[in-house]
Amino acid sequence: MAMRFEGTSNYVATEDLMVAVNAAATLERPLLIKGEPGTGKTVLAHEVAKAFDANLIEWHIKSTTKAQQGLYEYDAVSRLRDSQLGEERVKDIRNYIKRGKLWDAFTAEQRPVLLIDEIDKADIEFPNDLLLELDRMQFFVYETSETIVAKQRPLMIITSNNEKELPDAFLRRCFFHYIRFPDTETMQEIIEVHYPNIQSELVSEALKIFYDIREVPGLKKKPSTSELLDWLKLLMAEDLSAETLRSRDPKKLIPPLHGALLKNEQDVHLFERLAFLARREQNKN
Amino acid sequence: MFVNFFLELRQNKVPATLREYLTLIEAVKRNVAGYSVEDFYYLSRATLVKDEKNLDKFDQIFGKCFNGLDFVSDQVEQEIPEEWLKKLAEKVLTEEEMAEIESLGGFEELMETLKKRLEEQKKRHQGGNKWIGTAGTSPFGAHGYNPEGVRIGQKESRHRRAVKVWDKRDFKNLDDNVELGTRNIKVALRRLRRFAREGADMELDLPDTIKSTAENAGFLDLKMVPERRNTIKVLLLLDIGGSMDDHIRTCEELFSAAKTEFKHMEHYYFHNCLYEKLWKDNKRRHSEFVDAWQVLHTYPADYKVVFVGDATMSPYEIVYPGGSVEHWNEESGEVWMKRFLDIYQRAIWLNPVPEKYWDYTPSIKLIQELMGNRMFPLTLEGLEKGMKELSK
Repeated sequence: MAMRFEGTSNYVATEDLMVAVNAAATLERPLLIKGEPGTGKTVLAHEVAKAFDANLIEWHIKSTTKAQQGLYEYDAVSRLRDSQLGEERVKDIRNYIKRGKLWDAFTAEQRPVLLIDEIDKADIEFPNDLLLELDRMQFFVYETSETIVAKQRPLMIITSNNEKELPDAFLRRCFFHYIRFPDTETMQEIIEVHYPNIQSELVSEALKIFYDIREVPGLKKKPSTSELLDWLKLLMAEDLSAETLRSRDPKKLIPPLHGALLKNEQDVHLFERLAFLARREQNKN
Repeated sequence: MFVNFFLELRQNKVPATLREYLTLIEAVKRNVAGYSVEDFYYLSRATLVKDEKNLDKFDQIFGKCFNGLDFVSDQVEQEIPEEWLKKLAEKVLTEEEMAEIESLGGFEELMETLKKRLEEQKKRHQGGNKWIGTAGTSPFGAHGYNPEGVRIGQKESRHRRAVKVWDKRDFKNLDDNVELGTRNIKVALRRLRRFAREGADMELDLPDTIKSTAENAGFLDLKMVPERRNTIKVLLLLDIGGSMDDHIRTCEELFSAAKTEFKHMEHYYFHNCLYEKLWKDNKRRHSEFVDAWQVLHTYPADYKVVFVGDATMSPYEIVYPGGSVEHWNEESGEVWMKRFLDIYQRAIWLNPVPEKYWDYTPSIKLIQELMGNRMFPLTLEGLEKGMKELSK
């Protein structure tokens, strides 16, 4: 495959991420993406699809999702009901077979990007049940005795939030990339990409506050990239200037519009407490 | 080609497999990564490491195996060009020193000595992390050859940056030997929950099916409900007070995490070692305690027992009747431990004391023996091992 992924106009990919995506694309193996929430795992699939000009097929996993549902489902119940009603449809079993996302991906005309989102939400056996399908890119439909073989091997991007460990056999078949929390430089690039017209002063002040907040020990939920972007959007909408951010005296430790960054009342309390301490400190001096 | 690297990884417990190695070779063959060391680093990382807790180990080993590689490929193998030496000597030595050496045998002599030193140093650092050594007293200045410019053996800084990527060890805090936070504990405790599942199948909700089929004028309408999954039973025994006060926070974190993970979970406190009394509320430990026999009789043998304690005490407290520091115990702690372990086959002891100190504390060794080596450190890795043990 000649095409290479090099990030897109609204997604900043680090070099290691590009290598991982390209390796997965070239060798036609799934790519497993892990990382802190809000670091752009799911968005990656969208952007890769855009960059490769491919169709994106999304399969969002829930705790009740079965591997079989990704292949196909045989709707026995509606067939049973139809038979009670004496419908004509009932004679052909094919009418009751519902294609799953993998089936769609396998039979697509053009090589698609298949996103399996949050695979760790599913049952522990889920990845194991997909091993053969991921390996050979084919599966067998028992009801109709046909084998579905992938026309092209789709580029699979699998995300995980690390809620469950994935089985070794599954991991062996994937490339793996851990999205690290972006450093200030990368973060600036990311902001640049999302809000090209933003004042650079505002950004640098906001970033300072943002990384300070992340440093606060004991936060339940550290704000992440997506939260930073929301916050910046708010700041711009409220038309707050860089000065307002900078002039923050210790009396007001909580940044303006903190609701976008702190999503947990304990964290807000923590901040208020810190602000209180800071104020007392100042009064003493 | 990279077999040594691969073997080194395996030796250091990065669980890379042959299959992954072959994938790497294939990827290299198909020129996925280009030819820079940096790209190769990224590629091999994506191929061989599948768990972020191993990334740090990988970085270290990569640094060890491929350190100096870019250096060699540039030009230098054994010989060190004279110009560098000159520059270097100028940079490193003070005028007096130069004069001194010159008086010993002239500048040529100086060059020779410097060259030798450099070669020695290169050899010495082959296996290490940094090509350039750290502070020393040698006049040839191990402390930074090139504060600004005399970069040895490299034309430009591109590769250097690459080396840095893994030398930085960015993933250090993901290494699972570090102590636990609540979130980490939850992740590890899920292991315990994992085996408790009896399949994730949906099951037929018979009453609802009958009801809705009836409402549906007799046409079948199946109703399903998700199966109840968590059937695991845990008996948590926590050491409290005394030498455990240091670890109490970690303990409580573990405890609070555990509470949400299990359907049946009971906890009791003890002090230092198990005796005939246990209690549920530490504040009222002297008035409201439970007979340990009663605990043994209440909870069936399919409970899994997790002790949490530092097991740091006087050995007498374990071995002799009356050894307890708090009261007169008719039977020794050892007897009680054995009694519990006989009934509850699945038991582990989690110890917040780092594993490396265990050998120095006789009582830890005693408990370890009693537990049949089922004591694990209170780290993510230890917890993981412990849970594996419990779920066997």
